[in-house]
Amino acid sequence: MLLSLLLLASRSALAANGGQLLDLAALKGQVVYVDFWASWCAPCRESFPWMNRMQDELGRDGLVIIAVNVDHDHSDAEHFLREHPARFRVVFDPDGVLPGQFGVRGMPTSFLIDRDGRVQSRHAGFRLTDRDPLTQQIRVLLHAH
Amino acid sequence: MRIRTVNCIAILLGVLVIGGCSTLGVKPWQREILARPQMALNAEPIDAAIDDHIYFSKEAASGGRSFGGGGCGCN
Repeated sequence: MLLSLLLLASRSALAANGGQLLDLAALKGQVVYVDFWASWCAPCRESFPWMNRMQDELGRDGLVIIAVNVDHDHSDAEHFLREHPARFRVVFDPDGVLPGQFGVRGMPTSFLIDRDGRVQSRHAGFRLTDRDPLTQQIRVLLHAH
Repeated sequence: MRIRTVNCIAILLGVLVIGGCSTLGVKPWQREILARPQMALNAEPIDAAIDDHIYFSKEAASGGRSFGGGGCGCN
């Protein structure tokens, strides 16, 4: 019991750090695509080229892509990023604070947040056939205002 | 009185045991080690492929050999 209490305490301390990792309030007014990924996650490899393209094409329209890495070992993430370079923001969350807060149920999972800061949709997994519907969703949110 | 003490201790132990389970479980983003090739039940790809074929044709089941996909059933 003591142990679990200690764990709970350390978790709430970690949860307080979640805001420092990802400050969504500062991104208000923009469409934010938050993607949770890890080096060991096979579909994540397929999502990176698409996210690069999205950031390049739609960045000026107000799209911000933030990829949250959940690898415990930072070198694994670095290795992945060398093979699959990212042209969008990458946040490192080795303690898994943010996926806990977002309620991630599988890897990868992405969240699409509108310009008012509301989570509009959640997408679990990534297949190449998901690219078009996701692009469409992002475009709709970008032009909502 | 003695039975009461025993009951109290039993309840206390029970509560302790429940508390111990509160933080168990691997979250989807903690499958790093499970996703390693060494953690697969069968490391031989051809053998695994043959087994998969049997499972698929006899039980209409496929996948689920490793945890690299994330386990959300969507990959």
